[in-house]
Amino acid sequence: MIMNQLAQSPYRRSARWLWIAPTVFLVLILVIPTAEIVLRGATLEGFKTVLNNSTIRQALWFTTWQALASTALTLIVALPATFVLSRFAFTGNRALQALITVPFLLPTVVVGAAFLAVLPSPLHYTAIALIIAHAYFNLTVVVRIVGARWEQLHPGIEQAASTLGASPITVFRTVTLPHLRGALATASGVIALFAFTSYGIVRTLGGPARATIETEIYTRSVLIGDMSGALALSVLQMIVLTALLWWWAKRHRDKSESAQISVAQRSPSTRGQVALVYGIALATAAVVIAPLSALLWRSLTQSTTVNTRFTLAGWRAVTSSTTLSAIGTSTLFAFCAMVIATVLGLMVALGVAYGSTKFVWLERISVLPLTVSAVTIGLGILITYDTAPYDFRSAWIITPLAHSLIALPLVVRIVLPVVRQIPRGLQSVASTLGATPLQTWLTVDRPLISRAIGASAALAFAVSIGEFGATSFLTRRGSETLPVTISRLLTRPGDTLRMQAYALCVIIVVISMIAIFLIDMFRPNRKVK
Amino acid sequence: MLALTDITIHYEGRTILDNASLSVAPGEIVSLVGPSGSGKTTLLRVIAGLEQPSQGTVVIDNKLMTGVPTHKRDVGLVFQDNQLFPHLCVFDNIAYSLRIKRVSKALQIDKVNEMLSLIGMEELARRDVGQLSGGEAKRIAVARALVADPFILLLDEPLTGLDAELHDRLLDDMGALLRARGTTVVHVTHDHNEATRLSDRVVDVRTLGQSGVQLQ
Repeated sequence: MIMNQLAQSPYRRSARWLWIAPTVFLVLILVIPTAEIVLRGATLEGFKTVLNNSTIRQALWFTTWQALASTALTLIVALPATFVLSRFAFTGNRALQALITVPFLLPTVVVGAAFLAVLPSPLHYTAIALIIAHAYFNLTVVVRIVGARWEQLHPGIEQAASTLGASPITVFRTVTLPHLRGALATASGVIALFAFTSYGIVRTLGGPARATIETEIYTRSVLIGDMSGALALSVLQMIVLTALLWWWAKRHRDKSESAQISVAQRSPSTRGQVALVYGIALATAAVVIAPLSALLWRSLTQSTTVNTRFTLAGWRAVTSSTTLSAIGTSTLFAFCAMVIATVLGLMVALGVAYGSTKFVWLERISVLPLTVSAVTIGLGILITYDTAPYDFRSAWIITPLAHSLIALPLVVRIVLPVVRQIPRGLQSVASTLGATPLQTWLTVDRPLISRAIGASAALAFAVSIGEFGATSFLTRRGSETLPVTISRLLTRPGDTLRMQAYALCVIIVVISMIAIFLIDMFRPNRKVK
Repeated sequence: MLALTDITIHYEGRTILDNASLSVAPGEIVSLVGPSGSGKTTLLRVIAGLEQPSQGTVVIDNKLMTGVPTHKRDVGLVFQDNQLFPHLCVFDNIAYSLRIKRVSKALQIDKVNEMLSLIGMEELARRDVGQLSGGEAKRIAVARALVADPFILLLDEPLTGLDAELHDRLLDDMGALLRARGTTVVHVTHDHNEATRLSDRVVDVRTLGQSGVQLQ
C-alpha cells in the first residue's frame, strides 16, 4: 500500500541516534576482541602447531563424532515425543511441551551436574554420558522444529496411503518422512552446532580425558599457558562455525517454505492410541524430570558402600561465605547484564523499527554474538583488555558486559517483532489527538511492548545466571559466579563438596524456573489490532 | 476555515496529487470521492500533517501549517480501521486526548460520559476494545476524535466494511451528531451515496487541480 510506504514513524528523528550505544558496545566487546583473536591466531605457525599436535587432533575428532552421535541420539529420543505432541490433543500436551523446554533453558553446567547425579558412577566422564546430556539438552529443538512441520501434515494424506495398501511403517517411510525431511535436517543442523560448541556440559561431564575444541581452548589458554595454540584453535572453531552458519543461512534462503495452517490435532481414539500417547508422554516427562530430581536427592543424601543416609551438610555448606558470595556475585552480574542487554536490545529494536530503512544493518550486527561461541567471546576479551591502558581484566563489570553481549541478540529477537507489529495508525491517531512524539511513545508504544521487555529482561537474567563459557575465562578469585563455583566444587574430592555443588544446582534450577515462569508470564500474547 | 493550495505529492516518480486546491468553510461537511489510489486518503494525511506535500500549503483557522507537527494542528482523524488503542478500555480510549492535555480527572469523566451518552454506549465504558463489534468500535473511534473538540474532523472511509444496515444507521447517527456539534468535516469515501447523504458538498479528488469541481 502506498499509504504504508509513505507513512513515516513519528520517532524517526529521535531514532537516528539509537544506533550509537549498541554499535559502540558491539565493537568494543565483540568486534575488537574477535579481530584480536583472528589477527593473533590466524598464523601459519599456529595452524601447523595445532594440526601437528595429537591431543588437538584427538579433540577435533572427538568434537566431530560426539556432535554427530549427540544429534542421532537426540532424534531417536525426541521423535516419539514429537509425534505425540504434534499429532494428538491430550491432557498435559502443553505442560509436556513446557517441561521439555526446561533443559534447554537450564545452565549447561547444571545439566552436566544433573547427569553426574543421575547416571551410575561407571558412566561418569565418558563419551556416552556427554552424548546423553546433549540429547537431553536439545530435546526441545526437535520438538519445536520438527513438531511444527508434523502438525502441518494432514492425517488424511497418511490415511489415503493406508487405504492404498501401505502398512504403518510404509506410510511413515513414504509419506511422513519425506514431509519431515527438511525440518529434520534443520533440527539436526542446530543440534550438531550446539553439540559442536558445547562447553559447560563437556567441562562438567567429560572430565580431562574428553576434550572438545572448546574445552581445549580453555585448557591451553588458562591452564597450560599455550596461548598461540588456543588462538589458532579459536580461529579454526570460527571457520567451522561460519561455514555451518553459512550453510544454515543458504538453506533457509533457498528453501523458505510457505506458511501453512496447522492441522487440528485429534484425540487418541483407540485404546492402543491412548496407551501409546500417554506411555510416550509419561516416559518423556520421566526422562526430563529424573536428572533434576536426582540433583535434589543427591544434595540431601550421602551414599556409602553400606547405605544411603539423609544429611543437610551440603545445604549447610551453601551458607558458607564463599558460596554466599558466589550467589551474590551471580545475582549482581545477572542484574547488570539484564539492564545492559535490555536497554541496548531495546535501542536496537526501536532504532530498526522506527528509524530509516538504512538501519537494517543494525539488526544484522546485533545477531553477530550468536555466530561466535561464548568461549571465543571470553578468550577475546581476555587477550584484548589485558594491557595498559586497557587493562580491564580485573574490572568486575567485564563479566556482566560479556553476559549482556550473549543476551543481546535474544532481547532483540523478542522485542523487535513486537515493535514492528504496532500499527503506525495508532501513532498517527495519538498525534492527531494532540500527543507529542514522546507522549505517543509513552502512552501507545511503551504499554504495547512492555510485556516483551519484561520477557526479554527475564531471559537476559536467566542467560547471565547460567553463563559459563565466557565467565570461566573472565572470573577472578573472589568474584566467582554460581556456575564457576559448581564446576570447581564438582572437580574436588569429598562428598560434602559434591552435595554442596548439587545444592547450588538446585538453587540455580529454582532461579531458572522462576525466570522461565516470568518469561512465559510476560510473553507478548496480546495481538495488536 | 480550511484552505489547501496547490498541494502536490510525488512518490517514487509517480504523482499522487497535482496542484490540488480545496477550501472548506467552518461547520461545513465536505466529502472527497474518487477511485482507489486517486489520493483521497493522502490528502487527509497531508491536512493532518502525517505526510508532507512536495509543494503547496495547508491553512487551518487562518494559520499556515507548513512545518507544524500533527499534534499541534488541532485536527481529529478517524481511520477506516478505527485504530483503537488495544491496551486501553473504551473509556480510556475516548479520554486519551484529555489525558494528554492534562485535563482534570473530574472533567475527563464528565466529557467522556457525555460522549458515551451521545453515542448511546454508556454501559460499555470499561469494556476491552477487543470485545467490541464493528459498529461499536466505529462509534468509539468517532467519539475519541470528537472529545478533543478538534477544529476540523477528518473521516477516512469511516463506514467501509460495515454491513448495509449498520452502515446506514451509523451514517445517519454520525451525520446528526456532526451537524448538532457544528463540526467542520472532510470526509473521504468511494461511495457516492454515502457522500451525498452525509455532506454539504461532494468533490471528486481528481478535479481538485481544476479548482475543485462541485458534484452536488
